[in-house]
Amino acid sequence: MTFPESNERRKKLGQAVMFGVSRVISYGIVALLFLILFFIVKQGIGVVNWEFLTAMPTDGMTKGGIYPAIMGTLYLVAGSMLFAFPVGVMAGIYVNEFAKAGPMKRFVKMMTNNLAGVPSIIFGLFGMALFVNQMGFGASILAGSLTLGLLALPIVIRTTEEALKSVDDTFRQASYALGGSKLYTIRKVVLPIALPNILTGLILAVGRVSGETAPILFTVAAYFLPKLPGSIMDQCMALPYHLYVISTSGTQIEASRPMAYGTAFVLVVIVLIVNLLATLLRNYFGNKVKMN
Amino acid sequence: MANKLETIDVHLHYGDFHALKGITMAIPENSVTALIGPSGCGKSTYLRLFNRMNDLIPFTRITGQVLLDGEDIYQIKSSKIDALRRNVGMVFQKPNPFPKSIFENVAYGLRVNGITDNSFIENQVEKTLHQAALWDEVKDKLKKSAFELSGGQQQRLCIARALAIEPSIILMDEPASALDPLSTGKIEDLIFELKSKYTIIIVTHNMQQAGRVSDHTGFFYLGELIEFDKTKKIFTNPAKQETENYITGRFG
Ligand SMILES: Nc1ncnc2c1ncn2[C@@H]1O[C@H](COP(=O)(O)OP(=O)(O)OP(=O)(O)O)[C@@H](O)[C@H]1O
Ligand SMILES: [Mg+2]
Repeated sequence: MTFPESNERRKKLGQAVMFGVSRVISYGIVALLFLILFFIVKQGIGVVNWEFLTAMPTDGMTKGGIYPAIMGTLYLVAGSMLFAFPVGVMAGIYVNEFAKAGPMKRFVKMMTNNLAGVPSIIFGLFGMALFVNQMGFGASILAGSLTLGLLALPIVIRTTEEALKSVDDTFRQASYALGGSKLYTIRKVVLPIALPNILTGLILAVGRVSGETAPILFTVAAYFLPKLPGSIMDQCMALPYHLYVISTSGTQIEASRPMAYGTAFVLVVIVLIVNLLATLLRNYFGNKVKMN
Repeated sequence: MANKLETIDVHLHYGDFHALKGITMAIPENSVTALIGPSGCGKSTYLRLFNRMNDLIPFTRITGQVLLDGEDIYQIKSSKIDALRRNVGMVFQKPNPFPKSIFENVAYGLRVNGITDNSFIENQVEKTLHQAALWDEVKDKLKKSAFELSGGQQQRLCIARALAIEPSIILMDEPASALDPLSTGKIEDLIFELKSKYTIIIVTHNMQQAGRVSDHTGFFYLGELIEFDKTKKIFTNPAKQETENYITGRFG
């Protein structure tokens, strides 16, 4: 049989166009990302020096540093993960390994997905109502961490669930076949295999939490507090909120512009470093349990 | 030869789906029994009866009797299921070593079951790796991750892992179908070695393999056992037309 030459040409052309378009789009996205980074670096790097990183803000936040905001953000990220990671991983384990298939399980999964889509300001209000007022923590690192933790929870639950689901069932069966209990199997076989992917959830959650303003607005963030918190019951400053404050509601918005870019720069660098660390960690574990 | 395993009129339903339709079959001790048949006919399902692995699949119903040494394993107390599973090793289609060292993979079954005597564990691991014809290839890298082994070596490691707790029965679900011919040959040699001590049931899609390694063969079709007999008989002079069609490739 002979096929028309023109058809071949048309196929080739169609492919070339499709590839071309998707390539341009993907390069465009990368370029945009670089543009944002470049903009922030260009505007911010001149401001950032040792003093900026280690000093308290002064002169109506137009001078000095952002040390308390950096530390505040680190505390809040650590605090929220301390809460969201164990709880989220355990919930993910329950949903994927223990919950019986049926309407209840579907309902739990649906609610987790919905929770992930709730606007963060709602979490802020909820955190204020529950942690700040109802439980009496006041505006504090504890209340802020718990609120941010709630926000991160669905991400951790979902990635844990997906990570566990991707572990081939024959691993479980092989362990049961040797007399292993369900719990032992999960601890010794399933979790180690799923760990690299679970850590991805942690990375995503950290990225999300470190940049959020709305949830900490009413629960922990201090407008201006030029000292480090003494305990988890204290308020603290935080980078995204600080950035928001000095760009919108300070007394001298123009004068504090450089401080704003410097803050943005530091925030981006912190998120990048955390991502990098988590990726290294993930690769490290990934190599140890590599599937073939 | 005594019958190690026997199923009497076993029916299995996955929800509404009737996967096994009254299977009656007796599997002799210390021999290799092959299960053949087209995809989806219920071979894996049948295999999983013997270590009650089907119990883990939701909405599964089983009727009939499954006898091991004459005792119905579906009538035992649930606290005895772990002991049953220790007695019935299983090897899967895709090599699935645990994310642990070579040594710890073989030691896994011992540790799960509460053995802590390290010198005993070491001896047992070495002995089992010898049995699985893997010792010479791994003796210098016992602490290395099992994932560094080739697919064929991983599969022999999985066999060693099953042997370490000294079961009397080994279930193999297409144990060589993901392997190259050389590794397949090694697995087949191993099966031949093992059958003096173990009762082995092997599912395979490879007719030559069934012919080479097994003493008896059962042909499954659409959830029914069409024919069960000595392998020689099945392959030279089957009683049923369907069996002949299947093994000669004139199927469907
Ligand atoms: N967990 C399950 N839930 C519902 N149906 C199932 C399940 N497992 C298997 N089945 C169905 O039961 C039938 C038998 O499946 P089984 O896996 O035993 O076949 P098989 O003979 O091993 O096939 P293959 O050669 O492809 O491995 C198939 O039709 C399959 O779709
Ligand atoms: Mg199968």
